[in-house]
Amino acid sequence: MPLKITGAVDPELLDLPWSVPLETWPEDTLAALPRGISRHVVRFVRFRGRVLAVKETVGPMAQREFTMLKDLGRMGAPCVVPFAVVDGRRDKDGNELPAALVTEHLQFSLPYRALFSQALRDDTLDRLIDALAVLLVRLHLLGFYWGDVSLSNALFRRDAEAFSAYLVDAETGDIHASLTAGQRNYDIELACTNIIGEMFDLQAAEELDDAVEPLDLGDRIKERYCDLWSTLTGKETFHDNVRYHVAERVKALNELGFDVAELDMTQTSDGSELSIHPKVVDAGHHSRRLLRLTGLDVQENQARRLLNDLDEFRAVTFPDEEETLAAHEWLARNFEPTVRAVPKEFRRKLEPAQVYHEVLDHRWFLAEKRSNITMPEAVASYVKHVLPARPDEAAVLGHAIGTSAEGDPETSTETRSIPAWQLPPTVGRLRD
Amino acid sequence: MATVTFDKASRIYPGTERPAVDQLELDIADGEFLVLVGPSGCGKSTSLRMLAGLEDIDAGSIWVGDRDVTHVQPKDRDIAMVFQSYALYPHMTVADNMGFALKIAKVDKAEIRERVEAAAKVLDLTEYLDRKPKALSGGQRQRVAMGRAIVRQPQVFLMDEPLSNLDAKLRVQTRTQIAALQRRLGTTTVYVTHDQVEALTMGDRIAVMKDGKLQQVGTPRDMYDAPANVFVAGFIGSPAMNLGTYTVNNGVAQVGNGQVALARDAVAALKAEDKNQVVLGFRPESLDRVAPNTEGAVPINVDVVEELGSDAYVYGTVAAENPGAAAMHFEAGGSSEVIVRIDPRDVPKKGDSVWVKIREGEQHIFSSATGDRLSKAVQSSVSL
Repeated sequence: MPLKITGAVDPELLDLPWSVPLETWPEDTLAALPRGISRHVVRFVRFRGRVLAVKETVGPMAQREFTMLKDLGRMGAPCVVPFAVVDGRRDKDGNELPAALVTEHLQFSLPYRALFSQALRDDTLDRLIDALAVLLVRLHLLGFYWGDVSLSNALFRRDAEAFSAYLVDAETGDIHASLTAGQRNYDIELACTNIIGEMFDLQAAEELDDAVEPLDLGDRIKERYCDLWSTLTGKETFHDNVRYHVAERVKALNELGFDVAELDMTQTSDGSELSIHPKVVDAGHHSRRLLRLTGLDVQENQARRLLNDLDEFRAVTFPDEEETLAAHEWLARNFEPTVRAVPKEFRRKLEPAQVYHEVLDHRWFLAEKRSNITMPEAVASYVKHVLPARPDEAAVLGHAIGTSAEGDPETSTETRSIPAWQLPPTVGRLRD
Repeated sequence: MATVTFDKASRIYPGTERPAVDQLELDIADGEFLVLVGPSGCGKSTSLRMLAGLEDIDAGSIWVGDRDVTHVQPKDRDIAMVFQSYALYPHMTVADNMGFALKIAKVDKAEIRERVEAAAKVLDLTEYLDRKPKALSGGQRQRVAMGRAIVRQPQVFLMDEPLSNLDAKLRVQTRTQIAALQRRLGTTTVYVTHDQVEALTMGDRIAVMKDGKLQQVGTPRDMYDAPANVFVAGFIGSPAMNLGTYTVNNGVAQVGNGQVALARDAVAALKAEDKNQVVLGFRPESLDRVAPNTEGAVPINVDVVEELGSDAYVYGTVAAENPGAAAMHFEAGGSSEVIVRIDPRDVPKKGDSVWVKIREGEQHIFSSATGDRLSKAVQSSVSL
């Protein structure tokens, strides 16, 4: 079979060295990005100014995962975007090579191992697990059974105080009209087992303090998942003031970042009580509102933070103005000048919305010493004192962020340790 | 260890009318390796997931040993789903990679070590227990992955197309290893595949499914020599059985320009609804080449000859003056093509005509109305 590319409409994809096993692709093709634990050989490659993730697997599996990621994307799931399937690969002697699934690298995303460093905040681990629990709930609401839930199979983006998790490996999954309790429980059990395994492994690598108890982290994902699931889908029964309770329920879900698209209300058999049960809930309550008001497309917690600032701005500056007009003013007077104040050389460190969030935090910190700190003052101080020490997280294209501890040829189960924070950027190649 | 019983178990997906699995009745013996096989959408994976607790059971029940697990959570069923390729943890030893899940289950340290050592012995990994995965070959790593399931000592192993992400060569190697390992462990195993060759080579017994319904369950030999209906006949065996529908007159089927006398017991079993027609099947290796115009022989026009060294196959069509008599179709039987295994030292050329005769006792005869088997089992000499 000749080389066959499905998906991407980009002939330049043919120029990548498909006749060479991925393990031995030339370093000038590769982008040195941190990798998670994988069953397969996975590499990040530079392609026309962006970064693609390439995973070797068998043809039908690559095609299946490509289609599944496309479907998930259409359904609004937080997952990586599939780019192409490359099949029919042969080396120069005509021997068959595995097919490859190509996905777009998610900008500003990091595998969990990249977040373990000296600069690790105490609660980073908890926040990662909470993000994974939210991801799992969102996928389950869409009818996606994952089949291999783990920190390794997700990517994380900073999202204000929290993290947002994205699905990167869908090969074990299935999309159903809705999931059975058995499917959900099995995914939770797998998540629990895999997270504990990942923590044991970090401890074996001396990247995680032995004081952390992996078994507790396994319990945490279970609890977080179950709490969120029952808040989102649980049935409540009331005998009076139903209108108030419905409004409260919707408000509580909004605060968690979910919109209620459909709500079932059922009278109990004796007619004395009414049960309410959210039937369809959509994630992204705050990000949708921010997008509508400002056109900014950011993650949920960032949106929540920005909206708080916007609401405060409106209350103080334009109390009688219509919301959309106040939003326009906020964008022009607050948001844009703040993110523009970040010098070009620092713009790869964090997403603009994350910068804005951190500047707000920084202003609060400064305000402890002196009140009436303005945004321009806060951003100037932030750019001077905080931002230079932050790592580049855009795509770290061409910067050595992943290094191999042992430096031998990588195997598919091998994971690189990533002391990303401390390394000086070495342009253009992987460090061995 | 335990038996597994599907007792009229059904799965009906919400919003669909036809059950994905329709009243499945299946008894799997303690220690047996049972393969569920069938084409895509036949219900084999759904059946396995019902047993795993991942799919609801809408009617009937499922038992593991003497315990009804129909409404039991997956983790409480004492069943292990086995994946062939886990990602192994690079900084943990092979022993820890195999045993960490037992720590979660709060098994005490000495027992973990004991179980890991026992599993390592079966898997030939004893000398690697204290090494890291990086020191292992690809095959050894896969065995570590198996080891994770083995140390849990479940009552039943479940495997859903575990070889699908391996390339063809490794697939053949690994299927032999899995079958051998299962025999050493003696743990009841249910294995799902769409590949009938995998099913024939691995299973103690095979259950063939189609459209949510169990078609037949039996040993590989039963499936090959006495397929219960036309579907199983066409599905099991490679190259596939030749199958065609023919008119019967006085116990003789008109096959192209040949007259084939049918087994008497099968003819006697024909009913009115068969309208004097049968589905006749014969495997490519059940044909002898004979002199032209031999009694009971059928002439075949050679289209392609495939030489495989030890074997050769003719792909041809039945020569017929009357086009109706050449028809070789049935739903599972494929096309009007006939496949004949021939002596590789004496191969005809494209365009030649060869006369072939079905060997005595090697006809598979089915009702044209129901597709059910009418003839006795064939006594074939093919090794499976």
